[in-house]
Amino acid sequence: MSGGLAIDVSGLTKKFGSRTVVKDFSIQVPKGQVWGFLGPNGSGKTTTIRMLCGLLVPDSGRGKCLGYDIRTESAAIKRNVGYMTQRFSFYEDLSIRENLDFVARIYEMKDRGEAVDKAIAQLGLTKRQGQLAGQLSGGWKQRLALAACILHRPQLLLLDEPTAGVDPQARREFWEEIHMLAAQGLTVLVSTHYMDEAERCDRIVYLAYGTILARGTVDEVIANSKLYTWIVTGGEVRDLARELHDKPGIEQVSVFGITLHISGTDDAKLEKAIEPYRNRPGFTWTKSHPSLEDVFIHLMGPFREQVTG
Amino acid sequence: MLGISFGRIAAVFVKELIQMRRDRLTFAMIIGIPIVQLVLFGYAINSDPKHLPTALNVQDNSVFTRSLTAAIQNTGYFRITNIVHSEGEGEKLLASGGVAFLLTVPPQFSRALARGDKPSLLIEADASDPSAAANAMAAISQLPATVFNNDLKGALRPLQATAAPFNVVVHRRYNPEGITSYNVVPGLIGVILTMTMVLITALAVTREVERGTMENLLAMPLQPFEVMIGKIAPYIVMGYIQVTVVIVAALLLFGVPMLGSFFDLSVALAIFIAANLSVGFTISTIAQNQLQAMQMTFFFFLPSILLSGFMFPFRGMPAWAQVIGEVLPNTHFMRIVRGIMLKGSGLADLFGDIWPLLIFMVAVMALALVRYRRTLD
Ligand SMILES: Nc1ncnc2c1ncn2[C@@H]1O[C@H](COP(=O)(O)OP(=O)(O)OP(=O)(O)O)[C@@H](O)[C@H]1O
Ligand SMILES: [Mg+2]
Repeated sequence: MSGGLAIDVSGLTKKFGSRTVVKDFSIQVPKGQVWGFLGPNGSGKTTTIRMLCGLLVPDSGRGKCLGYDIRTESAAIKRNVGYMTQRFSFYEDLSIRENLDFVARIYEMKDRGEAVDKAIAQLGLTKRQGQLAGQLSGGWKQRLALAACILHRPQLLLLDEPTAGVDPQARREFWEEIHMLAAQGLTVLVSTHYMDEAERCDRIVYLAYGTILARGTVDEVIANSKLYTWIVTGGEVRDLARELHDKPGIEQVSVFGITLHISGTDDAKLEKAIEPYRNRPGFTWTKSHPSLEDVFIHLMGPFREQVTG
Repeated sequence: MLGISFGRIAAVFVKELIQMRRDRLTFAMIIGIPIVQLVLFGYAINSDPKHLPTALNVQDNSVFTRSLTAAIQNTGYFRITNIVHSEGEGEKLLASGGVAFLLTVPPQFSRALARGDKPSLLIEADASDPSAAANAMAAISQLPATVFNNDLKGALRPLQATAAPFNVVVHRRYNPEGITSYNVVPGLIGVILTMTMVLITALAVTREVERGTMENLLAMPLQPFEVMIGKIAPYIVMGYIQVTVVIVAALLLFGVPMLGSFFDLSVALAIFIAANLSVGFTISTIAQNQLQAMQMTFFFFLPSILLSGFMFPFRGMPAWAQVIGEVLPNTHFMRIVRGIMLKGSGLADLFGDIWPLLIFMVAVMALALVRYRRTLD
């Protein structure tokens, strides 16, 4: 094993045709940690995860998952990794129980019946276990898929947007479970578009257009962004936003309900830009840290014109 | 590399069985297609094949026999391919399908002819495909009147072209009444299996790609061989169900005889079904979606029905078509089924058609395994 690393890859690059979708991707994930994988649509998250579990062969770069080479030992990786695909990929014409049973058979689990029973009970689907998976609502499908990919007790979980379309209550339960599994030594790499989920991760990796733009703990990412933010509350922040958005020194203005975030990379310029508005009655101005979302939107900025899809 | 696991094959097998049971339409098709085809193909399409292989059993070597042989070939229907020296040897060729006719010139033929005794020539025809044999037999019946005019000279001149100096005795073997459905119905087994088995496996795998379940299947520790066997096995069972439907109908509705053994038939069936399923599996490794899989299936199905001897007598086809036909599993299977059902042939007699089936099966399976995707690339 490469030290205590569950994932240790460097220089991964993947091209589709002439387009490079993932560029020089390197991460080292220690065992037992939960890492968040963020980035705009089409930034290459799914592609990267597929390379990690042997579903795609990288054009260059090398590395190991759980100590197995991603190029040559993908069979061993597959046995020890739970991969949850972004698109539901269990059988809609099989019942909940039959799907889980299929997975348990594939991994040749000794206590198959018991493990399936337990997974169904944990999902709270004991009464509906005979129902076809295709008849489940979107959120329930996600939960079934998650249950199926942790059924064989993998050492590494690769989850591709596991909570897309899942309600807040179920999302919270899901994250509690993730942390419980991590405490037992399981390593998790989870892609998500939710900021609150990013904040629950030990580390985050932010990918845009195939390149890692930021990495570290949430605080590190915010600190490294060199972004200065003012928060305005009270009154009609929308009107204010409209007035401010094209002023020099202000790079980003976003409305969060009744608060306004105004950010820029040059502290002095930013202060100068907002100066004329500071005295307007009814508004409270506070200098603060940017939110993670501010940072991500800022990071995406230079690339926003690029066509993706 | 992991070893092959029976448990994982079973996982795929069970899953496939459940899906098959839930897919009502496919299930209906499996039972429906044989019945519809049986009704549709109850009638045969006639043709006029020429140059049919003929074995000659000459027990009287004389100038007359040589003229006779030449005359027979000149009709265009017969091509002497084998000279045999005993009745048994000829019978064997006929039973294995090596020749379509066995012509026997009895001992003392020329002497009897010279005496004006009107001796008989015996023609035994493989009439299991009646349309193939019919015109040839009509042609040979025309022979006697003129064939020896050049040889009957001098003292024998009075025999020339009076009435025919000898008789032709024709024995239709295996299907004495020349009933077409005897030939068509067993052949239908091959046609139906080709169509449904190839299509179903082609769809079963492409469906996984189309529905996105392939990604999951590939992410699990499954070997291509395990997927293939697990997916193919349930359809072998289904193939046997279809065959049962056709055979029961053949026996009850059309009164087709079953002279051979059911065991031999099931052995041949197993090979044939597996060969077709591997074609389907191969198609599924090429097709991007179910529509393409369907189109490719028909691309394979058409020659299997047109060039296999099902629609038109095999020996009536041009040489290039016969070459293609010989590659197709249906061609060989057609001969095997007809052999077993109509002639009572055993597997040993039919070995000449079994090994090409086996080779086809192994080759296509290997191709499927090589082509099967292990990644999403
Ligand atoms: N099989 C493929 N062939 C060609 N291009 C592909 C293929 N798969 C992905 N791409 C392209 O690669 C890029 C990255 O896609 P990927 O699915 O990895 O993004 P993502 O970060 O997972 O996006 P999302 O957040 O929308 O899920 C996209 O521009 C996509 O169009
Ligand atoms: Mg994705």
